Amino acid sequence: MSKDLLFEIGLEEVPARFLRAAMQQLKDRVVKWLEQSRLSHGDVHAYATPRRLVVRVESLAEKQDDVEEEVKGPSRKIALDESGAWSKAALGFARGQGVDPEQFTFKELNGVDYIYVTKSSVGVETSSLLAEGLLNILSSMTFPKNMRWGAYDYKFVRPIRWLVALFGSEIIEMEVTDVKAGNVTRGHRFLGTEVVISDPASYVETLREQHVIVDVQERKAMIEQQIQALADEKQWKIAVKEDLLEEVLFLVETPTVLFGTFDPSFLNIPQEVLITSMREHQRYFPVLDDQGKLLPFFVTVRNGDATSLDVIAKGNEKVLRARLSDAKFFYDEDQKLQIKDALSKLETIVFHEELGTIGDKVRRIRRIADQVGQALHISGNQVESVSRAADICKFDLVTQMVYEFPELQGVMGEDYARKAGENEDVAKAIFEHYQPRSASDDAPSSIVGAIISMADKMDTIVGCFSIGIIPTGSQDPYALRRQAQGIVQIMIAHQLPLTLSQLFDIALDVHEELRDMKRTKSEISKDLVEFFGLRVKKVLSENVRYDVVDAVIQAGFDDVVSVVARGDALMQAVNSSTDDFKTTVESFNRVSNLAAKAGNAEVSEQLLQEEAEKALYTAWRAVQQPYHTALSEREAPKALALLAQLKEEITQFFDAVMVMAEDDNIRKNRLALLASLDQDLKQFADFNKLVW
Amino acid sequence: MNFQKMILTLQQFWADQNCIIVNPYDTEKGAGTMNPMTFLRSLGPEPWKVAYVEPSRRPSDGRYGENPNRLYQHHQFQVIIKPSPDNIQELYLDSLKALGVDALHHDIRFVEDNWENPSLGCAGLGWEVWLDGMEITQFTYFQQVGGIETNPVAVEITYGMERLASYIQEKENVFDLEWVNGIAYGDVFHQPEVEHSKYTFEVSDVKMLFTLFNMYEQEANKAMEQHLVFPAYDYVLKCSHTFNLLDARGAISVTERTGYITRVRNLARQVAATYLEEREKLGFPLCKKGDVEHV
Repeated sequence: MSKDLLFEIGLEEVPARFLRAAMQQLKDRVVKWLEQSRLSHGDVHAYATPRRLVVRVESLAEKQDDVEEEVKGPSRKIALDESGAWSKAALGFARGQGVDPEQFTFKELNGVDYIYVTKSSVGVETSSLLAEGLLNILSSMTFPKNMRWGAYDYKFVRPIRWLVALFGSEIIEMEVTDVKAGNVTRGHRFLGTEVVISDPASYVETLREQHVIVDVQERKAMIEQQIQALADEKQWKIAVKEDLLEEVLFLVETPTVLFGTFDPSFLNIPQEVLITSMREHQRYFPVLDDQGKLLPFFVTVRNGDATSLDVIAKGNEKVLRARLSDAKFFYDEDQKLQIKDALSKLETIVFHEELGTIGDKVRRIRRIADQVGQALHISGNQVESVSRAADICKFDLVTQMVYEFPELQGVMGEDYARKAGENEDVAKAIFEHYQPRSASDDAPSSIVGAIISMADKMDTIVGCFSIGIIPTGSQDPYALRRQAQGIVQIMIAHQLPLTLSQLFDIALDVHEELRDMKRTKSEISKDLVEFFGLRVKKVLSENVRYDVVDAVIQAGFDDVVSVVARGDALMQAVNSSTDDFKTTVESFNRVSNLAAKAGNAEVSEQLLQEEAEKALYTAWRAVQQPYHTALSEREAPKALALLAQLKEEITQFFDAVMVMAEDDNIRKNRLALLASLDQDLKQFADFNKLVW
Repeated sequence: MNFQKMILTLQQFWADQNCIIVNPYDTEKGAGTMNPMTFLRSLGPEPWKVAYVEPSRRPSDGRYGENPNRLYQHHQFQVIIKPSPDNIQELYLDSLKALGVDALHHDIRFVEDNWENPSLGCAGLGWEVWLDGMEITQFTYFQQVGGIETNPVAVEITYGMERLASYIQEKENVFDLEWVNGIAYGDVFHQPEVEHSKYTFEVSDVKMLFTLFNMYEQEANKAMEQHLVFPAYDYVLKCSHTFNLLDARGAISVTERTGYITRVRNLARQVAATYLEEREKLGFPLCKKGDVEHV
């Protein structure tokens, strides 16, 4: 016997960004509670709009499941007194379990008899559990931000204004902050009315009649279809960014897409500015032509039906006109600003109390960038561009446009720098030095941009590490992880002949020169190695199996490009060949295992006796030189192939040679041979880490 | 509907909701929230319902009367109700209807906006209300005022009168708004806008303003020592306005900025705490009156 359950929390408008997670949370909590309460049920549906969080459970049992459980009591020895009657302990157990001692049985456990009782609980009526259960779920809901309202001692994401709680057609009696649960919901704020929900199954349809589309997917599909229809009709491309669609979806109960227009003369402003202004301030979708060029239109979604769309479009156009006029004003004003005046203003902007102003930061970026450029042997022209780009990479931070739209940092700098006559490399580097802006973003495409980007990020990381700001757990307020990962990504993208330690040393020296550091360079350096190790590992793990990552990291990650090449090569070998490569690795591992017993790695050729050990020695010496060359040239597949050539000799060596010879010198020499071979292997990877 | 009629309509509407209607406070301030009718009265257990127009000064927004949207001084219509009523959103929407805004022909939305005023130690949760994409109202449940948790919670509704009027009157330029028939907004406020902008950005005596800031701060402290909450708070407001003038003049560096804000905040916190003490000594007199129906 079952009935449907409906629980709707009616709220004042909940922040759009919280809603999807809140809907899921409500569903999860209800499902968990039903399970704990032994209430069987059918499908569970969750819905959310700005004004409601809802869960609907199909076919919820009207009674809890009955259960039988066995409870263990005291041992026979304790349970019976000398006369064979129940002891106090046994009677106490009976009382505690609410059973008669008559029901006791004995069962053996590990050679001892214990009392057992079988208790059966008969399931109670679901309706007697619901009020308390739902109230607990309500008060256990968590949100990124909670609030209080009125004179109630209650916290929730926004004030609770109504509750619908129905089990079948029965109202579940409950109350919170003077709101009594009932069967009356509220329709669309303007198009609907209050309405009775006669039973849970009719909820979705009843609200649809009240102009509320409660199903999130359905609402999303409606918006997408309407946008597509408009795009088709007008031959537009409407740029729908997923996160904006998600926000808009949770700002409306009935979506109606409409468009408006703006004065084409605004198109003289860079389109990033217009798009950002439309998106961030107004939640509009921008409209593009086939070539991706912005058109003077915008698309927005109204919370309501198609009544008076012209009035609404006109209102939105008015607002956008004011916004874009502001943007144009900022854009024109900013261009009156000389770069050198902007730079002097950077001296008054604090980057971090202990790390000085942005001006201080820029001076450090300049020095780091110059030295990285030197280490990379860049050309004369590039040297000049790096210095200039480093000096002016942050000038746009004091422009009005970036003050208004911080996410346009770099974008405006590039545009303004080009207009001010800076060379193309420099202008581009200003934009690129913020790249990669996210895990999915590209690294800077130019070498100048790459150098400035690494210098800026390295300066922040070393600066923070020097004052003890080191990310732990979820704590990473300066996004240092992302920045370190960015550096790793840049090194890989440009295949830079630069090691992490070179980069650390350059940045640490610059910091030591330009500020008072509280921690020593070696302390910071140690932390940096550990920190970057994890970042390299993360980047590697994107393409390579974890055991392969472990194996190659073990052989060092200072040269990031090399470790990535080794990882890829090893992964390919593991994937492609099968038994063959596995036996190769097994032979390597036999070498490693015995090498551990060696005292040193100095092989004496004279002491080599058996044919097989001589053969191994010769084969090893033959590949050694080309192997090291391949490694230093980061030709990992070639290096691995050279090592693999030794497989036969190694196998024969172990078949024919008794390593643990009685003669001390011969034994030591054989171990030394394995040890020196092992040293070479370990420069590629610790093959023991591979899992088959 | 002209500007004056809008003010009268809102006053009548909220008076009908049992708010007392008071007049603007006579000390310069950046927002209606800083009026002691809001800042102090939203603290403590006493019920409170008030509505008033507040001319609010934002020196750095001065544009010499040349920008169609930005003003040195604009008008807020402020409503405070404590504890916040359960039907406050409906009341607010009714007030828009009284102004002639029919929700069926517009797009009205409550978009998350969490309000903070760090210099007064205030924080609240709520929305900006959008009318066809334009922010016309700030709607906030105060959670903290002067660094003190509010209990019960007051709700604050702040209408941006110029914006609302420019929408209702369909005007592009704020100076073209009709104050009353035959008198435009510009007739009343253009000259002060030009002069205040010029004074703020070109003329004000920075040295004197720094001196004044320190003097006002000292005087606030002196009044506080005597537990004279309202006089002390007036000087906090003066500090705040003086700071805004200095800031608009570009006289305060980013580093110093935090220091000045902290000084104002500390004063505001002390005043808030002392106000509560003084009300408690009086036995929170408004609690006894309960919710009286005004006639």
